[in-house]
Order: sequence, then structure tokens, then C-alpha cells
Amino acid sequence: MWEYTDKVQQHFLQPQNVGEIKNASGTGDVGSLACGDALKLTIAVDSNDIITDAQFKTFGCASAIASSSVLTEMVKGMSIEDAGKITNEDIAEKLGGLPKEKMHCSVMGREALEAAIADYKGTILPMAEGEVICECFGVTDTDIIRAVKESGLRTLEEVTNFTKAGGGCGKCEEKIQTLLDKTIEENSDVSIKVVKPKRMTTLQKIKKIEEVLEKEVRPGLKKDGGDIELIDVDGDYVIVSLRGACKSCQKSQTTIKEFVEKKLREFVLESLVVEEE
Amino acid sequence: MTDSNSIVYMDNNATTKVAPEVVEAMLPYFSDYYGNPSSMYNFAGEVESATATARKQVATLIGCETSELIFTSCGTESDSTAILAALRANPEKRHIITTRVEHPAIKSLCENLETATGNRYRVTRLKVDSEGQLDLAAYRAALSDDTAVVSVMWANNETGVIFPVEEMAAMAKEKGALFHTDAVQAVGKIPINLKENAIDFLALSGHKLHAPKGVGVLFVRKGTMFTPFITGGHQEHGRRGGTENVASIVALGKACEMAGELMEEENTRVRRLRDKLENGLLASVPKSILNGNKENRLPNTSNISFEFVEGEAILLYMNQYNICASSGSACTSGSLEPSHVLRAMGVPFTAAHGSIRFSLSVYNTEEEIDFVLEKMPPIIESLRKMSPFWQED
Repeated sequence: MWEYTDKVQQHFLQPQNVGEIKNASGTGDVGSLACGDALKLTIAVDSNDIITDAQFKTFGCASAIASSSVLTEMVKGMSIEDAGKITNEDIAEKLGGLPKEKMHCSVMGREALEAAIADYKGTILPMAEGEVICECFGVTDTDIIRAVKESGLRTLEEVTNFTKAGGGCGKCEEKIQTLLDKTIEENSDVSIKVVKPKRMTTLQKIKKIEEVLEKEVRPGLKKDGGDIELIDVDGDYVIVSLRGACKSCQKSQTTIKEFVEKKLREFVLESLVVEEE
Repeated sequence: MTDSNSIVYMDNNATTKVAPEVVEAMLPYFSDYYGNPSSMYNFAGEVESATATARKQVATLIGCETSELIFTSCGTESDSTAILAALRANPEKRHIITTRVEHPAIKSLCENLETATGNRYRVTRLKVDSEGQLDLAAYRAALSDDTAVVSVMWANNETGVIFPVEEMAAMAKEKGALFHTDAVQAVGKIPINLKENAIDFLALSGHKLHAPKGVGVLFVRKGTMFTPFITGGHQEHGRRGGTENVASIVALGKACEMAGELMEEENTRVRRLRDKLENGLLASVPKSILNGNKENRLPNTSNISFEFVEGEAILLYMNQYNICASSGSACTSGSLEPSHVLRAMGVPFTAAHGSIRFSLSVYNTEEEIDFVLEKMPPIIESLRKMSPFWQED
């Protein structure tokens, strides 16, 4: 049973503005039957660029219907410019919050609004661009990067909760993780700036590796209840041991190669190979 | 808390109400007869004999010897115990046959055996057709000398479709493979007689047949090599360690006795109520589809898809009237895909997301059926009015 706020229940059980505006100024159509939720938002806009009416039709769960309903209430009377600034967080907040697994419903609302505004303006949505990462739900890298930045996402699970990417077959999980790591890094203010030397003594290597593990690797692992320990450095071979939750994780090999090795190569030495003890 | 008297409970494949007679039977074993059955004095002997009676009651319901029964903590424990024991019994064999529509108790276990053991085990998952039925020719072809165990549910929890496990067990025996059936949904709803078939292991669960949660049974046919899952004391003849859950075992015995007595009613009155509900909904709600074979089914289960609307939304509208049922649509981002059972049957997305399972019991009444028949059509209609995919004629 989901813990829904009174506001969600109210908008779900007595949804406002259900329908479709005839000769709408703008229409936003997002989602699909296969995805499990879809929203068609129509808006009427007057000559002063003020949204005078908004109606919706939604296929989906209680959160999807409530998000759509509250969205129509929010935008009515708003200027197109202000409506364009509404984020999914704003929608969720108006509902008194959504369960984290349902945040994608508020994202769908924001996407539909953007699509309707773009339709009104006659512009092409930036979302249509980009490479599709999650084929099950048609989520592009642009969508993911945006959600990561806007909502400060830090884990794969959060990305799935917000964008649905990776929620289907799960084949794209690695790609999402890479994209997530990259986005976090690019937006991080405290990234270690290093000039990588071509040759290092073993002692230098160990010192540097320990430093990078501490600053770049451990925080990520600890979020999932794991940890890492440096066991040995033998030439270019870095032997590590995963601890805590990482130890029994089926994806430990991916963590070592895709996360730890990448970080060490980036910040210490290009030629390093990370292996598990 | 919701007043349970006002509840229209049609989710009996999820769990059932503990029968008042069952509660009455189990209560003395909390504070009056609380001895440990393993102890030496008479006071404990009475407890021991109560569990022996319960064992007889279970054995009578499923047609086996009392020595072939092991009390466990739940259906899932029984399933895990059976599969792992079967694999131990045939250490050189590395193949498992199961179906695509098993309950997670078997599904996840097989996935783990496949991946966590570094592909030491190979798993064949038999397909089902659009009515949820297995193809026995495909099963025959999958059976090999390397097959250690076959695990097929007796009846599917989502659609109620019954599988020909007795025939399949005979085929497994010919090939020298052990046969396990997860009969959690079937026991108490349809007659089962283990003396008449070659099934080696059978799992059942108390809370699906009006006994409490937290008690289950594993049947292991006499002569089948067995390794315990939980080791410890000598309880259950050393086949399952841990002090017996006496009160719940007594309850399960009583529930099995009652299920035997009510089997006729389950297959006549309950079936009639289910049919009335099903036919009524299919007739009054346009674009509604029955999932699963109509004939070859448990008498209490009906799984209906209402096209172009989503399951969770339907359930929460039903919840307003205190009508309890389940949906095959799990709208969480982690698993946005509809039920693996409906997907295996090839139910289109338009229908799979809007599937509702009604599962009745002997406690349901004609009035309740009428109430649901009155409330459902407007619920579906109002949600369809909101749906961008719904085209009104």
C-alpha cells in the first residue's frame, strides 16, 4: 500500500480539469500505453501569453492522475514564461510530496507541460534530441542528465525513480551509471584537479591511489553500504578488496571495472588495472 | 483502522481470513498447553499429540502418510527446501525445469541457482499459451537425463489456471527426475490425492486456506532422498530444526479439516459466485477481457483486464468502497512492467496494465457480488473518461 498524502488522494479521487480543450493553443502528449502511464495536456493561451485554461487526460496510477490534475491547477492564470519554469519538484511539492518510486509521475507532468508550451511556441523540444539510453521507456541521455542536475540525483535507483530509465529490462543500467557518474563529476565543485605524470614510483602511486579512493570512490560506495580497501600495488596492477554491502553484490565486478578503475585511471595513471583480491 | 465487517474481501489468493473455528482451536496452545513437544513430562505429551492430530488432518486433505509431512514456516520455505533437497539428491545433474509463470518463491530461487552458482545450473522455463496453459510436448522435449528436478505450480496464483502436474510428474519419473509442485493455491480448493500420483515434493501454506500466516508444510514422498534446509534439533524427525510453532500447526490442521469439509461448497457455491461476478463484469464493462483458460481453473479465481485504464488506479477507486482485490500492474519505477504471468501469456500492454484479480472464498456472499457488480462499471467508466487512449463510441 502506498502512503499517499491527502492532497494526492484528493486530486486522484476528485481530479480537476479532466478533458481536452478543443482548438487548444498547445498540446503536450507524453508517455505511452506500453510504459504504463501517459498524459495528454492541452492548454489555451490568450494574446498576452497567459494560460487561460488547461485540461488533461491521463492513463496511469494514482500519482500520475494526481500530478496531472494539480499541474492544470498550477498553470491556469500563469504566463507562458512562468509556466516554463515549473519543475517536477514543484509539482510534487504541491501534492505534499510523492513516494520516491513515484517521482517519475511528476516528471511526466513537467514533460507534458514543456511539450505543450513548445507546441504553442512552435519550437522543437530539446528532449527530442539526444541518444536513447533506456529503450524500454524511450529515455534519452538529455532527460537523464537533466534529472540528475535538477533533482541532485546520486544513485542509479534514484535515476530510475525519477525518469523510469532502467526500470524495464535493466539492460541499460551500466550506461545510466556511466552517464550519472559523468554528470555528477562535471557538476561537482570539489573535483580533484590533477596533472597526471607519466611515471610514478610505487610509493607515489600508493599515496595517490589512497587519496583518490578516499575522495572519489568511497563516498559513492558508502551510499550503498559498501567500502573498499587497497590491498597491494604491483606495477600497474592495483589489488583492492570490496567491503560491506559491495562484497556480496552481484555487480561487484562492474563496480571494480566501471567505477574504481575508471576513477584511478583518470586521476592517477592511465595504465592502471584494478583487480579484486 | 477500517472496520473488517464493512470489508468486501476478494483477495483470497493473497491471504485469507483465519476461520473463527481455527482461532478457537489454536488459542489454548498459547497459554494453557504451552509445553515444548520435545519435553518428557505428560504436560508436553498433550502438546505433542495435538501436533500429531494436526499432521493427520493435513495428511487426510492431501492423501498422504503423516510421516511424509514436514511442518515449516511458510510456503516459500517449503519450496526452497524441496528444490535444494532435490538438487542434493542428484548432485551430478545440472538441469532444472520450471515454468515462466511461477510464484517468486520458485522464480527467484531458480534465478539465483542459475546466476549465483556461476551457471552451475541450467534452467528451462516452459512457455504458456495465451490462455496460460503449458505445452506438454515442449515439456517432454525439455526433459533430459541431466534434469535433476522439475518444479511446476499446481495452480497459478494470478489466473487460477490449473497445470497437469500429475501427468507431468509421471513423465519426470520416467526420465529419473524428481518432481516438486508449489500447491499453495491449489490445496483446499481442488481435491488432491498424493497416493495416486508420482509427485515427490509438494508445498502448501497455511494462510491461503484460513489458517494463520507463518506456517506451511512440505510433503516429501517416502523413499525420496532428503537433506534438511534448516538444521538444528531433532524436530520433524531431524528434517527441520527449530521448536514447532505448535499453535499454528494445530490451526493448520483444523483449517485442513475444514477445507476438506468445504471442498464441495468451494466447487459449487463459490464457483457460482465467481462465475456470476465474472460474467456480470464481462457483460457490463465494454472492452473487458478474461485472462486464463475459462474451464481449467480454480473455482475461486477470476482475472479480468479492463483495457485502457491502469490497475493501481482501479484498486484505489475500489478501495473507496472497501472492495479488496489485486492487480497485475505494479506501477513502481523499479518494475513498471506488468505481471510476468500476463506477459508470458502475451496479454497486450493495453490490457495487462489494467488487470484485476478477484479471488473469493467461502466467506463471500451473493450480496457482496451484487455490490461489486454495481460499483465496478462506474469506476472503470470514470477512469476511462480520464484516459487519453479511450475512444467513446
